[in-house]
Amino acid sequence: MEQMMEQMPVVVHALNIGFIQTLKLFFVTLIGAFPLGLIIAFGSMSKFRPLSCFSKLVVWIIRGTPLMIQLLIIYYFPGLVLHNPIWGSGESGRFLAAAVSFILNYACYFSEIYRGGIQGVPIGQEEAGLVLGMTKSQIFFKITLLQMIKRIVPPMSNEIITLVKDTSLARIIALQEIIWAGQAFMKGSYGISGAIWPLFFTAVYYLIFNGVLTVLLSRLESRLNYFR
Amino acid sequence: MAILEVEHICKSFNRTEVLRDISFSLEKGQAVSIIGSSGSGKTTLLRCLNFLEKPDRGTIRVGGDTLFDSDDPSTQSESAIRKKRLHFGLVFQSFNLFPQYSAMENVMLAKELLASEQPDYKARKKEIHEEIRVQAKELLDQMGLSNRVDNYPHQLSGGQQQRVAIARALALTPDILCFDEPTSALDPELTGEVLKVIKELADKRTTMIIVTHEMAFARDVADHTIFMDEGVIVEQGDPHRVFEDPREERTKQFLSRFTQG
Repeated sequence: MEQMMEQMPVVVHALNIGFIQTLKLFFVTLIGAFPLGLIIAFGSMSKFRPLSCFSKLVVWIIRGTPLMIQLLIIYYFPGLVLHNPIWGSGESGRFLAAAVSFILNYACYFSEIYRGGIQGVPIGQEEAGLVLGMTKSQIFFKITLLQMIKRIVPPMSNEIITLVKDTSLARIIALQEIIWAGQAFMKGSYGISGAIWPLFFTAVYYLIFNGVLTVLLSRLESRLNYFR
Repeated sequence: MAILEVEHICKSFNRTEVLRDISFSLEKGQAVSIIGSSGSGKTTLLRCLNFLEKPDRGTIRVGGDTLFDSDDPSTQSESAIRKKRLHFGLVFQSFNLFPQYSAMENVMLAKELLASEQPDYKARKKEIHEEIRVQAKELLDQMGLSNRVDNYPHQLSGGQQQRVAIARALALTPDILCFDEPTSALDPELTGEVLKVIKELADKRTTMIIVTHEMAFARDVADHTIFMDEGVIVEQGDPHRVFEDPREERTKQFLSRFTQG
């Protein structure tokens, strides 16, 4: 116990560095996947069949295979098979590959949520807009969008909280996120080795961060409760 | 001259013929009521007039301008249709108010969007916004909703929602206002308040096409009544004549169901 208290500042410092990497991956994924998911959603709803088939195929492949395999393929395939290591070396290269994998993966999940949200808005809303002389884009941005957002906040909250924990999968390509940082103390890091408690301690970080997110997301949900 | 001339409109869904050679005309300031059983094509006819459905054949002329001609593809482009829709207003059976906007905003939205496309919008933004607001307020007053302007649709009764929807349609001053069974989704005690405002519009000589199952209303408010069955106009004429002295067997059968009640 005493030893643990002595090691605590060092461990917290290392975990903080790892957690920053976790947060970076989390936010970059959201920033990329929110718009890309919408594009894929429109793709799969398109009346142009080749486009809708292609979008659905991509969604099927990405949702049908583990994110961990996608990470490994996206990171290693260009360098080891094509002999063209596009990601660059070191931590920044690993981060780039991880970000691309996560954005693509989450965009596919988001696209299905968006699709459900858009299709859940009654057709009468679009028709009312058309009859009032609105363009398709005016109807989307002024009428459909907010109603869609209201519908997707609960399922989106689930995905967002899952994403926080999924970022730990990036450890498989040695991205130095918080689990990686915690596990390092088992092998030896900052002069500490054979310690498993730092790894358990990482859970506290996830728990607190997800707590904050849960509060923020439920606030957003109640903000949108002013209409039905 | 007739403000609206509809000629030979045909419309099928898959292989079901919903409208079969519909022709009628409407004078400015007239109200036409369309009656008939469910599935007779009344709603589809209104949807064709509002370009929510594309007729397979026929022409639609408003004020002498050909808005739609099945033989002339130049009348059918998406961008052209958008402007043509503004000749017509449509009040839906299910109101279709925008839930995220207040009553006032529902009435103002479309007009604001149209105004924002005008070249002088940026310079006169405040002035235009104020004009639109004043007009919307007047319309809501006229609908008896003066104290409901800031309410959201879910805070209003069905009858109030439908009156907001009527104000919203009127805000764009359409040449012809169409009602698609405006009271069918309402409780009986709320039906009266909606029929009352439609009656007031008729008294002001608003050009209207009213599809309704309220038979007494169809007879009393309209200048002309059309009875439709299986996609054709079976009989049309002066409302009292159609209701009290129907000539066609099918009209008699249809009306007897209501009088026997």
